[in-house]
Amino acid sequence: MYRLVRDPIDIQALTEALARPEDGAVAVFEGRVRNHARGKQVRHLEYYAYESMAIKMLEEVGARAKKNYAIRDIGIVHRLGRLNHGECSVAIVVASAHRGPAFEACRFAIDTLKKIVPIWKKEFYADGEVWIEGGN
Amino acid sequence: MSIRILFFASLADITGTRETEVDSALFPDVSSVFERFVTEFPALAAHRSSLMCAVNQEFASPDAPVRDGDEIAFFPPVSGG
Repeated sequence: MYRLVRDPIDIQALTEALARPEDGAVAVFEGRVRNHARGKQVRHLEYYAYESMAIKMLEEVGARAKKNYAIRDIGIVHRLGRLNHGECSVAIVVASAHRGPAFEACRFAIDTLKKIVPIWKKEFYADGEVWIEGGN
Repeated sequence: MSIRILFFASLADITGTRETEVDSALFPDVSSVFERFVTEFPALAAHRSSLMCAVNQEFASPDAPVRDGDEIAFFPPVSGG
């Protein structure tokens, strides 16, 4: 399940949609909007995507995770548009028989997403706005 | 005979557009397309060293060939997550 959405991400619904009775582990990573970055107070963020390619690359992240780790399934949802502090920008859910691969694949997926999925964030401060380029 | 060109994030701010077209017959590769826009928008040159390119929604190197009907995208390093 790979999606770009503009409404709040429902992690519980995503988890229930992905998990099956054979899964002994479901690992969830939730990325959230911080209220500070680079020593400045962030008022809000906006996420933009090259949507047709971003969906393909989310699928690529999932395919690599399934190839590299003993997991049964993975779902990735990234939100676009304006987000405020504390809101979820990205959710990754990994289902597997055992916890080890689930944790590892979850970490791999968010790290890989930050390198290859064409999505950009713009940070808005009291005194201006800046495109963020490159991961962290 | 055209190629669809897309710019994203700070590159779209520089060009003032997210989408345009060029004549495919004039450009042998991805790099030559980018340099045509550097000529028109010199501020793009600062992005050359970190530029990411895609052809038809797949990452491509600057020397990748371009063909009629291709969709070529130029963008800075990604910052999702």
